[in-house]
Amino acid sequence: MKTKIREILTKTAKLPVDVATLRDDDDLFNAGLTSFGTVELMMALEEAFDLEFPDKMMNRRNFASISGIEQALQSILSEHA
Amino acid sequence: MAAPALRSQPAPESGAGAPAPVLVDFAGAAAAEKAMIAAARKVAKIAAEHAADVDANSRFPHEAFEALKRERLLGIMIPAAQGGAQASLPTIAEICSVLSQACSSTGMVYAMHQIKASSLVVHCGDDPWHAGFMERIAREQLLLASATTEGGGVGGDLRSSVCGVVRDGEDFTLEKEGCLISYGAQADAILITARRTPEAPPSDQVMAVMTRDQYRLERSHVWDTMGMRGTCSDNFTFAGRAPLPQVIPTPFAEIAAQSMLAHAHLLWAAIWYGIAAEAVARCESFVRTEARKKPGSTPPSALRLAELLAKLQQFKALIVAGLDRYERARGDADELSSMGFVVAMNSIKIAASQSVGEIVTQAFLICGIQGYRNDSPLSLARLMRDALSAPIMINNDRILGNTSNLLAVYKHDSSLSR
Repeated sequence: MKTKIREILTKTAKLPVDVATLRDDDDLFNAGLTSFGTVELMMALEEAFDLEFPDKMMNRRNFASISGIEQALQSILSEHA
Repeated sequence: MAAPALRSQPAPESGAGAPAPVLVDFAGAAAAEKAMIAAARKVAKIAAEHAADVDANSRFPHEAFEALKRERLLGIMIPAAQGGAQASLPTIAEICSVLSQACSSTGMVYAMHQIKASSLVVHCGDDPWHAGFMERIAREQLLLASATTEGGGVGGDLRSSVCGVVRDGEDFTLEKEGCLISYGAQADAILITARRTPEAPPSDQVMAVMTRDQYRLERSHVWDTMGMRGTCSDNFTFAGRAPLPQVIPTPFAEIAAQSMLAHAHLLWAAIWYGIAAEAVARCESFVRTEARKKPGSTPPSALRLAELLAKLQQFKALIVAGLDRYERARGDADELSSMGFVVAMNSIKIAASQSVGEIVTQAFLICGIQGYRNDSPLSLARLMRDALSAPIMINNDRILGNTSNLLAVYKHDSSLSR
């Protein structure tokens, strides 16, 4: 799942740094993720994993790192499992 | 203003058992906050006396700020642990509105100062340098200003910086060009944003506190505007040097999202509400006078006033609900950074800044020529000019743009109870 998240990040988030250089726990906002980039990222994640982020999950923490995104996705997927 | 002292509950009538200590003294805190609002009303009288001169000469409302310092109202947001009065945001919003009814420039400077204080109060309680600085704010009644804008294409986008913090041994240096700093020349300290390092991306920002003895300001443009003339929001080139611990450890992104957004939009809304409330008060005065001229008949302007009162009530409800939402969200980082909360605060700014203009505009229909004159006690001229700043103070189009960027994924919460 992390590989797919990294692919989506590279394609959509328009970070000023190479995604390959980021560790799973690195802060994506410090790496230059903007709020607009976050929305692009959310859209691409919703599309790729065929899910919708509920209102209460659309906060900073859930998109602050690659592992954070993975946890958020897993929690939605397990609720719908 | 001292923090409310803890008191013991009186012993029950029966006399059985020792009095139980009360952990939070709500009655004492409420009385202290009422006293702060009463003190603000005293300051407002002074502000009102000088409001016309502040406006005419586009000068700082120093009489009002001397009075605010004397009444010890500048440090009231500071926690009791740092010697402040730990006033609630609704009380501070009320003070903003009270001041703004008398002189909106005074109110706006006070609001901007409290917005800066909120960054320290919310994010710096555990940091030794900033905790010590908060003690100074409360003790010395320091006035805080903000340098978040910048030249070089950044403009009013506070989440982007060109300049960066340059480390130099135990110190850092910072140079920022073309930044608009409201009451920069009068402030005791400036909270300034910059990239974490000169090489960091524009949005990887920190905020640092620099005191007046640590920077030089070179004025590049003087504030000469239609309204809000007393905020003295001149443009400056800032150059300063201070010890590294004065950089706030929390990233600015977090400060902006978790405390500044809500404090700024709610306190600005309180200022604009104050302007609207004053316009409505002048209309009421006009209608009462008209009614006394022809006893037995209702003046035609009363109908417009009835309509205006509904708009003012709607405006008030907007702010009260926003303050309530923030009170419930504070301390919950996930809620504060949620899209729903951001949209709610952005929407408060949009609605409040539009309401003030609409209400003052409609007030002209009621007060007529008495409102249009510059020399009448019911003049609405300054209120109108001040109100016109609201939609462009962080331009509404920028805020609507920020909200619209979220709509590809955002879903609103339709409940009435949240």
